[in-house]
Amino acid sequence: MAVIDATDVTFSYGDRPVVEDVSLTVDEGAFLGLVGPNGSGKTTLLELLIGLRRLDSGSVTLFGHPAHESRDGDRIGFVPQDVATANGQMPTTVREAVRMGRYPRNLVGRFTGADRRAVDDALARVGIADLGDRRVGRLSGGQRQRVFIARALAAEADLLALDEPTVGVDAESREGFYDLLHELNDEGITVVLIEHDIGVVTTHASEIACLNRELFFHGDPETFVETDALAEAYGGAQSIVHHEH
Amino acid sequence: MTFALTATIATPSLVLVGAADILDRLVELVLDDVWGTVLDVLAAVTGIEMLGFPFMQRAYLAAVCIAVIGPLVGSFLVHREMAMIGDTLAHSAFAGVAAGLFVNAVFAVTVPPLLTALLVAALAALVVQTLVDYAGAYRDTSLAIVLTGSFAIGSVLVTATDGGIAVGINAYLFGSLATVSRANAAILGLLSVVVTLGVTVAYRPLVYVTFDEVGARAAGLDVTRYNQLLAVLTAVVVVGAMQIMGVILVAAMLVIPVAAATGVRGFKRSVAAAVGAGLVATVAGVTLSYVYDVAAGGTIVLVAIAVYAGVKLVAGAAE
Repeated sequence: MAVIDATDVTFSYGDRPVVEDVSLTVDEGAFLGLVGPNGSGKTTLLELLIGLRRLDSGSVTLFGHPAHESRDGDRIGFVPQDVATANGQMPTTVREAVRMGRYPRNLVGRFTGADRRAVDDALARVGIADLGDRRVGRLSGGQRQRVFIARALAAEADLLALDEPTVGVDAESREGFYDLLHELNDEGITVVLIEHDIGVVTTHASEIACLNRELFFHGDPETFVETDALAEAYGGAQSIVHHEH
Repeated sequence: MTFALTATIATPSLVLVGAADILDRLVELVLDDVWGTVLDVLAAVTGIEMLGFPFMQRAYLAAVCIAVIGPLVGSFLVHREMAMIGDTLAHSAFAGVAAGLFVNAVFAVTVPPLLTALLVAALAALVVQTLVDYAGAYRDTSLAIVLTGSFAIGSVLVTATDGGIAVGINAYLFGSLATVSRANAAILGLLSVVVTLGVTVAYRPLVYVTFDEVGARAAGLDVTRYNQLLAVLTAVVVVGAMQIMGVILVAAMLVIPVAAATGVRGFKRSVAAAVGAGLVATVAGVTLSYVYDVAAGGTIVLVAIAVYAGVKLVAGAAE
């Protein structure tokens, strides 16, 4: 079953087109890496796919419903850009942040045992159980990433959408972070990931979508590295550093 | 048939009289029987005479209300970097007060200025929120336009009559303990209940939106609606606190206690700590203002800043 089904998606800021005629399908259990040069419309496309923006034309269905009227909020775990580098002064603790994952289904009233268990399990799953009482704003970038993943897990999300999650995260944490994403994907969570490091994406993702306003390529990583899609999208010579582990 | 007709005509007014009666008794119960008695006893036990004066009892009640609702709403504003919205809405409330006094002077009716202030400030809150949504990064500019525009309307209205209302407006500009009449104390009490209920019911979505607005939208929360709710609650706080704090200083209670409590670990605990800081500031401020016969609003703000500075100094020394 398709988690996301986008057809001829077009979006402009004023008269400047940002996304044009993009059609793609993300199947359940996929790990899609979204790549493209700066300003290529990656973030906008991701926001369109999960219903954060209204399309100018075309259509997006998310879990079988039009994306912008989706009421399946707790099925989507969104990790926004810059969370690793943002210097939050808000005194929210890790546990408080992860509890937010339960809020959409529990806006008022007491938390049940199931809610508390989901939060504890999520904290343990991403390996930050011992950080529960720490302030999110005082964590390292890598730890903060895990808080947002834990929030998505506490929500029991079926789809993880991540916008350049490892900007400002050190290399070692980054490796661990992608390993975690891999494991979660193996457990059945669909992942859509924007990543500027093409080598990383081609190593970890099961499929690649290459975007520069229009969709230049959508397929498996092996085919992607063999085609000229990247050079076309970036408008010049690009070489790929393929990471092997 | 005739009987039935009389009954239907009589019922609404009877209900109205009944409701007003209940409200009166409720005010009497809270203000005199509970709060008044507690402070009377406190005055007798401690020998502090002013705790027994009815107008000081009203001032302390107002102080407690302001200390609770200011930081309660302010905690969300500060962490969304919207601290200036309180100041903007205070100035719209001023325009509302001026409009009320103007209507009273020109049309010879009695509309409570607090009511017009509440209406105008709530309306301005929705306008500001819409402007912020559209203006994006330039929300400072939107706030500045509404702030100065409201004050301009107020000043024009104040001077449009023969000068009679200029006297009354001073009390709202700078605030005073004397403006806390029984009716005003009752209104502030009611507004405090509304604000506390509003924040309690919408606590979770407000926290989510404050922590991560985009994430909250992705999670299916109606972010615009909660932003509007927060803006209107801010307007209610501002109007309630305006009588003591004054238009110019009222925003302080939304911001300074919250700033003093940012070092606390945990958002919920920081809100509680901010209310604590607010209580220290308002109760000490009202007391000092009475003892030295100086403006209550200014004194409260100075104590609040002293609390903030003290907390930061201690935290700095501890690190």
